[in-house]
Formats: sequence, C-alpha cells, structure tokens
Amino acid sequence: MDILTWTWIIVGLSFTLYIGIAIWSRAKSTGEFYVAAKQVHPVLNGMATGADWMSAASFISMAGLISFLGRDGAMYLMGWTGGYVLLAMLLAPYLRKYGKYTVPMFVGERYYSQSARVVAVVCAIFVSFVYVAGQMRGVGVVFSRFLEVDINLGVLIGMAIVFIYAVLGGMKGITYTQVAQYCVLIVAYLIPAIFISIMLTNVPIPQIGFGASLSEAGAKLLNTDAGYLLDKLNQVHRDLGFPEYTGRGAKSVIDVFFITLVLMVGTAGLPHIIIRFFTTPTIRGARASAGWALLFIAILYTTAPAVASFARLNMIQTLHNTSYADAPSWFKNWEKTGLVAWKDKNGDGKIQYAKGDAFKGKVEFAKDSTGKPARGEFGERIVKTPLNDKSKNELYVDNDIIVLANPEIAKLPAWVVALVAAGGLAAALSTAAGLLLVISSAISHDLIKNVIAPRISEKQELIWARVAAALAIMCAGYLGINPPGFVAQVVAFAFGLAASSFFPIIIMGIFWKKTTKEGAIAGMLAGIILTAAYIIYFKFVNPSANVAANWWFGISPEGIGGIGMIVNIVITYVVSKMTKEPPEEVQKMVANLRYPRESN
Amino acid sequence: MAEKTKEFLESYWKENLTYIVILLSIWFIVSYLFGIILADQLDNIKVFGFPLGFWFANQGSEIIFVILIAVYVKLMNNLDVKYDVDEK
Repeated sequence: MDILTWTWIIVGLSFTLYIGIAIWSRAKSTGEFYVAAKQVHPVLNGMATGADWMSAASFISMAGLISFLGRDGAMYLMGWTGGYVLLAMLLAPYLRKYGKYTVPMFVGERYYSQSARVVAVVCAIFVSFVYVAGQMRGVGVVFSRFLEVDINLGVLIGMAIVFIYAVLGGMKGITYTQVAQYCVLIVAYLIPAIFISIMLTNVPIPQIGFGASLSEAGAKLLNTDAGYLLDKLNQVHRDLGFPEYTGRGAKSVIDVFFITLVLMVGTAGLPHIIIRFFTTPTIRGARASAGWALLFIAILYTTAPAVASFARLNMIQTLHNTSYADAPSWFKNWEKTGLVAWKDKNGDGKIQYAKGDAFKGKVEFAKDSTGKPARGEFGERIVKTPLNDKSKNELYVDNDIIVLANPEIAKLPAWVVALVAAGGLAAALSTAAGLLLVISSAISHDLIKNVIAPRISEKQELIWARVAAALAIMCAGYLGINPPGFVAQVVAFAFGLAASSFFPIIIMGIFWKKTTKEGAIAGMLAGIILTAAYIIYFKFVNPSANVAANWWFGISPEGIGGIGMIVNIVITYVVSKMTKEPPEEVQKMVANLRYPRESN
Repeated sequence: MAEKTKEFLESYWKENLTYIVILLSIWFIVSYLFGIILADQLDNIKVFGFPLGFWFANQGSEIIFVILIAVYVKLMNNLDVKYDVDEK
C-alpha cells in the first residue's frame, strides 16, 4: 500500500477513536463541562496536559528550529519545560485548593474586584484566540502535506472533529481525547527518532545516541570516518563557515537568559495550562500531575535535540556537494511540496550548502504553460524567487522538513510516515481543544453567569457553555482559513504578555496576603504596557531599528517580558504597601489556600 | 492533637517555603547558570560526546526539572501528614 492510503487509514482510525471517546464521555453538568467533575487521575491528567501543551509547532517545527539554531535553540527546550517546576511549586496546588472553575474567577475573588475579573477574562480570551488560530492552521497544513487536500478543507475537517468532542464532552471529553492524542503523538515522534539513532550510532535511545560515536554503518552512510557524532557536526559546521553547532550561537547570553525566563514564566501563566490542574480530585493529585505532565513532555523535548543533530548532520552530508541526480529520495519527495528547493548558482550541477539564505524572501516555484511545476536542466523545480547573490548557498530548507522527512531518512515503511501525519494532527487538535475550552468557560461562566445574567440555571449555563464553544470554533476556523499576517508574530509574544501580567499577580496573590487590589491592577498595567510598547515599537512601528544595539541591556522584544515581569512585581509591592490592606475575609481565604485540609 | 495552634500551622508553611527556595535554586543553577551563563566554560568538559554546557541546556535541565518536581511531591506529601493537614 502506498503512503497516501496508509495515511487516510491511520488518520481515519485516530479520528474514529477521538469521536468514540467523545460519545462515551459526554458532559452532563457544568462541573463536568468546566473541570471534568474533578475526577481525572493525576497520570491521565499529566498525559492530557502534555497533549494540551505540545502544539503543532512543538511536534512539527521545534526540532527543525533547534537544528538551525544549535545551542541557542535550547532556550526553547528549557523555556518550555522549566515552567512546570513553577507550576508544581507555586501555582497548581493552591489554585486546586481554591477549587473554582476559571483563572479570571480566582483573580476576581482574590482581588475583591469585578473589574479585575473582567480584565482577566479579556486577557485570557485574547491569548487563547491568538494561539488557537495557529493550531487550526496547523491542522490544515498537515492535511495538505500528507493527504493532498486543500489547506482550507483541512481546517474545516479539523473544526468538525473538535466541534464534536469539545461541544459534547467539554473538559471531560477533551481530557480523555487528549490522553489518546498524547499516545498517538509520542509514538509517532519516537519511532523515527529511535530508528535514526540506531542507524547512525547503534544506540536505541536517541537521548544518548546523539552524544555517542557514529557506528561503522552510520559513518559509511554519512561519508565520514568514525568519531563522536557531535564532534563531526562541529567539524562540518567549521568547514562550511558556520559557528560550531554545540557552541555559542548568534544570540547574546543576556538575551538567551531573558527569552528562556519569559518562556518559562509565560508557560506557568497560560490559562489553558493552569486550568488543567483544576481537574484532579485532590491537591496531592494536582502536585503529582504537574510532575507527570513534565515527564510526558520531557520525553518529546529531550528527543527533539537528538533528532535535530541527527538530521542536521545527515542533511549536510547527504546533500552538500552531491549532484541533484544523486540526491536522496526524501529530497525529491519534499521538493514537490515546496519545503526544499535548489538553484545551481555556480553551474557545477551539484548542491552546495553554505551560510546565508539562498533566495531573497519567500520561496516560490515557477509553473509551465500547462500549470505543472516547471523543471530545470537537472530535473529540479525552478524557483521564481530572486537569488541572494551575497551567499554561495544554493539550498533552501524549511524547518519542518527535519521532522517530516525523518521516516524516509530512516528508510521506514509507509505506515510510519502515516503515523507522523496522525501525530501532527493529534498535537494540533489537542491544543486547539484545550484553548477553546478556556474561551468557552470564560464567556459562559465569567461573563454570562457572573456579569450579564447571574440568574440562569445550571442547565441554561451548560447550554451557553456549548454555544460559546461552538462559536469559538467558528471564529478559530475563520482565523485558520484567513490567518491575519500578525498571528505568527503575536503568538511568540503571548508568552511575554502572560509573563508580565498574569503570573506575578497570581503568585503574589497566593504568597503575600497583603497584596492589594490597587497594587495588582497597577502592577499588571505597568507590566503589560511596558512589554507591549517595547514589542510594538520594535516589531511594528520601527522594525528597522530592531537590532541589538538599540535594545535595552541587549534584550530583544522576545525577552522583554522578563523586564515587564520584574516591573510588575516591584510596582505591585510598592503600591500594596501604600494602600489599604485587603479585607479580612480575603486574607483568610489566602491563608486557607496554603493548607490542603482546613485547620480545626 | 485536638487544636492546631497558629504557630504550628505557620511552621508548616515555613517548611514548605524552605523546600521551594532550595528546589528553585537548583532549578536556576542547572538551567540559567549551567545551561546559559557558564555554558561556554562547561563546554570545555566533555562527557562522552557531549560538551557539558550543551548537555545541561539540551538534556540535563529537562531531566533535573522532572526530578525536582518528584522530590517536591514526595516532601510535601510527607509534610502534609506530619502536620496533619493531608486530605483524608
């Protein structure tokens, strides 16, 4: 059977499974809809959190990003795992003790202010929408690459699937589907990684394999002599004029430091992650479940840098100075989808890889008179995009290829390629569903039940929750089909905004009883305005000034949320000191959060 | 013990804060210090094929994070029992 047939079969099976779970786990009350009736086992909640967290970008793009960034890329690995330590120790157990349904609700009650709650609702909805648009797009992209359907049709299919299980099952349906999706995506990620590790180093554990020596077969495959794989990679980088792969990259130490900080703190401030810890039966369970979540996430996040190194060395060794005719088959297969491209700049018929971009701007391909892709003298697809004359580089490689081409590089059978497609879809759908639930509960519980129509019955609220989920899916789908140009940039900044607004006031609200309403509002505004202004200035108002020399302390817009967070903390502290203490019952509530069981 | 005094409960909270400070210091050291600030110096040390700074950034931090949470969970479960505030 060919790859396409396999892909339809495996993707179809996985979708049937998700829908089956949705029918089995229909939500019958608002408690089930918002927090799965607090009945989720910590291990299962850990898996669900893992799937919730790992998006299409983590699954498809992250290894590629690291592959091209070298050691700098580790800021994503540390940044997107370190936040769970903060969650386990500073947030999850206390918010679980609080026991209500949403993050804005906590903010509203802790800061005895309806307006604080409304501000929190707006922030939660904004961050979630920005994020979910990217996921829907991701579903469409996977469909178009693996199943040869139109991207927009792919988005519509993804919407339909999420619609069924989110609207029917709420948090309960989403949680158990995410458990299944975690299993699909982790198997799909590990199989090719393990086989490539064996192929190159004879070590079946990729995490160890990329620090091992090349095996005899591996060295032969890569046209090189034996030795440590990373040493070879550094050698190849030096030969081609790149900085060493394992050494310092292009970014300054302070910038890497602050970007890592923003990613960690931002993770711990994202509502769709925090909300997952409301679903465990106990406070013990909430702590444990953060640990399980990180374990399940770390399995993928420690495999990714191994995949990045294997693929980088393999790519350079099998393509550089190779004629197009002799290029490996994965290269020609993915050239069809436009993820790789080659233009023979020096006319020697061989592919040369070097520093710098091969082309100026987005790569586009020429078509012949019949509308088919036009081919050059060696059979390669002709690129319309103007050449970048400043670089000798002839090769364009999309980040995503590192994960997508893995099964073919490892010469695995067609069903493994199909599994990777199902894994990518699982990663995108699970994250989208988690975000949609945040939006739906923010609307039905925080806005309608709390502000607009407090008298509605539980049954009516449940209907509103479903209507809100359905509307959110429509909006997300629309954004997936017509992605606004700024989405990609805004997603990266969602972390900075979460880090400089939510995180400090939630933590201070738990750990310092005397944080006042005025302090929290002033701190949040100062943090978010500073961060947003810095980002907007360098990214939108004056992008040409966006270079290290103009940055404060050498911190890029991606890392500025760290400064915003510090400013938020300082201002919250100072203003709280100057204003009237919080009411007695609020201080009492905060004191109670600290103990799993009430004192006598 | 019939009545828990205020001081008794406050010392539960203090012990919890001590755990958090110690564990988060390790969290900071392995990632920000070893993986970023001192990475260049540590890279001169090789463990198998891994330069050490590179390893902390790519593998070590992530593995140690998981261990830190596991240790915290265990410590707190014991502490809850010790102060009789565990969920029954």
